[in-house]
Amino acid sequence: MIERSPIFDFITYATMILGLVLVLVPFWVTIVAGSQSLQEVSQVPLNLWPSGHLLENIQTAWARADLGPKMINSLIVAVGVTTGKIVLAALSAFAIVFFNFKARMLCFWLIFITLMLPLEVRIVPTYSIAANALLPFQTLLDTFGITSLLEMMSGVRVTLEWNLLNSYTGLILPLVATATGTFLYRQFFMTIPDELVEASKMDGSGPIRFFFEVLLPLSRTNMLALATIMFVSSWNQYLWPLLITTDRANFGTVVMQLKALIPAQNGTPDWNVTMAGALIIMLPPLLVVALMQRWFVRGLISRDK
Amino acid sequence: MTAITLSGVKKRYLKNPVVHGVDVTIESGEFVVILGPSGCGKSTLLRMIAGLEDITEGTIAIGDTVVNKLEPRERGCAMVFQNYALYPHMSVAQNIGYALKVSGMPRAEREAKVLKVAKSVGLDPYLTRKPGELSGGQRQRVAMARAMVREPKVFLFDEPFSNLDAKLRVAMRAEVRGLHRGLGVTSVFVTHDQTEAMTLADRLIIMNQGVVEQVGKPSEVYHRPASLFVADFIGSPAMNLVRGFFGEDGHFRHGKGGMIHLPTVAPSLVSQEVSIGIRPELVRRVPANTKDAIAAVVDYTEELGAARLIYADADGSRLIAVDHGTDALGTGMPIHLAIDEADLHVFSQDTGRRIELGAAQRAATNSRINA
Ligand SMILES: Nc1ncnc2c1ncn2[C@@H]1O[C@H](COP(=O)(O)OP(=O)(O)OP(=O)(O)O)[C@@H](O)[C@H]1O
Ligand SMILES: [Mg+2]
Repeated sequence: MIERSPIFDFITYATMILGLVLVLVPFWVTIVAGSQSLQEVSQVPLNLWPSGHLLENIQTAWARADLGPKMINSLIVAVGVTTGKIVLAALSAFAIVFFNFKARMLCFWLIFITLMLPLEVRIVPTYSIAANALLPFQTLLDTFGITSLLEMMSGVRVTLEWNLLNSYTGLILPLVATATGTFLYRQFFMTIPDELVEASKMDGSGPIRFFFEVLLPLSRTNMLALATIMFVSSWNQYLWPLLITTDRANFGTVVMQLKALIPAQNGTPDWNVTMAGALIIMLPPLLVVALMQRWFVRGLISRDK
Repeated sequence: MTAITLSGVKKRYLKNPVVHGVDVTIESGEFVVILGPSGCGKSTLLRMIAGLEDITEGTIAIGDTVVNKLEPRERGCAMVFQNYALYPHMSVAQNIGYALKVSGMPRAEREAKVLKVAKSVGLDPYLTRKPGELSGGQRQRVAMARAMVREPKVFLFDEPFSNLDAKLRVAMRAEVRGLHRGLGVTSVFVTHDQTEAMTLADRLIIMNQGVVEQVGKPSEVYHRPASLFVADFIGSPAMNLVRGFFGEDGHFRHGKGGMIHLPTVAPSLVSQEVSIGIRPELVRRVPANTKDAIAAVVDYTEELGAARLIYADADGSRLIAVDHGTDALGTGMPIHLAIDEADLHVFSQDTGRRIELGAAQRAATNSRINA
């Protein structure tokens, strides 16, 4: 859409600049505060110009929040979720779009419904499953009386248990199991012309080959866009890691550690350290977005022919 | 070699019948064109041969093998699609060689074959380009090369040229014809363009609403149409078809009291509801006082360059004549037309099928078919 009128131009630019300022000001404040000393940061009003203590603040924050191992944890979770999600999304969309099976519509709607139930909404049941991933099977066994039958016959009571608390699996799996990626892939797969599918059949390629040699290469931009979104959103997860890790020392993520950096109620108000920590923690997703943004934009708005 | 035998082939989508039982044998090495209006089931039939569509009833055999249950790749057919269907992310060479790669042919052998085929269709300068960087005609050539490289037993074409401009289409037509002459592979070609069909085909299969109306050589189909549908569908301008019945007096009665004197044809067909047909190029303009001339009034004329078409009204029935005269003809002017009984086609109005007439008529059509 192209519109040419000075007033319209002015309004557009004004809106964009306002938006930019709204986004950048908190960021600026973080950088500024992160580079100041304790005295400087405690001044009222805050001096909005950076000072020279950034490195030492970063060191303090790094040590205080034990950010080294936590960074690795976060990275494992973010990469795990991203990979898992892409694999799951591509495969499930492949099944839904290219295969004609009886339960196709049912599967589609089951996946669709999970869009309306984000993790936050179903956090309690998800937690109880994470506490014992085999719980649903146990329930099935119990209701159908198989447990008591087995107990009668062998004297052993069957109790299935697979605990996901304090584990990478527990951190990653529930974040993987959502529908957004499936939808992105489904939309893309629907644009693949039938003739292309048929041409590959005539060329003798089976479904697996078609998936790897035609669909995946064609969906590369989509995949990178999805990877960007998933990396950022899983890096930023707070509620779920907080819930599932009691063993913070070993399985905590950096975003959880932000809490540890906030000054205690009656402690030293060293917000400069907090802000420096925040800077470190937001750096990886920033880098990912910066590196991927070309693909990201292309994958979401257009597709190469 | 490889003949294709269709016996009692039917196709239903859910309850909806689309192809109603086709029995045709396509001889080995033959170039057969399936021609018919849009939606008549041409593509469906072709896709059943290819294995892209299940066969609801009946059997299809390629060579001696019934292929109903075989996967497309096991049938030995190669197909050229209307929209090229090239893999957008692969280069021309990769597109052409993909089937060979899938079949596990070693790389060196594959590349040699790809190069040879690409050369034969003039694609060798473009081997490293992506399909997106080619023109429509070049893309269609890639699609053809991709089909050729596998050395299939059967070529299938589904309206491959309908996205090309008129000139390129004629060129590609010649190319396909030459290709077939060179390789001699059994080919089935679907189109709704009758010029394309007439020029390419060894034999035509004419379909209408899921039924085969006629199978025959192009000249046969043109000069001895087996049904009203074929008579009307084949030929441009279309055949003159006039509905009416024969009286005892040797006259054919039509329109609003129109009469045509047809003394030899009439006796066998008295009082049947029929349509008579005659090609416009066989309708002659004659002087007013000619015996048995049909009086008509000019509606309008169409200049073709070498000749002109006269659209005339004869007592409420439309007659088209190809005329080589140069006199001025305006709307409403009276003219006189004449036809030969030997050139006449008669179709039953009940069944829509052709009614065979006497020996004179058969001789005339035969001489045209064999000309
Ligand atoms: N997947 C389908 N489900 C239901 N009906 C279908 C399906 N595919 C085709 N048809 C119907 O079958 C009929 C024949 O289709 P087909 O594609 O064979 O026509 P066609 O002769 O190739 O026409 P065109 O010249 O337009 O390509 C059409 O009426 C069409 O609506
Ligand atoms: Mg078609």
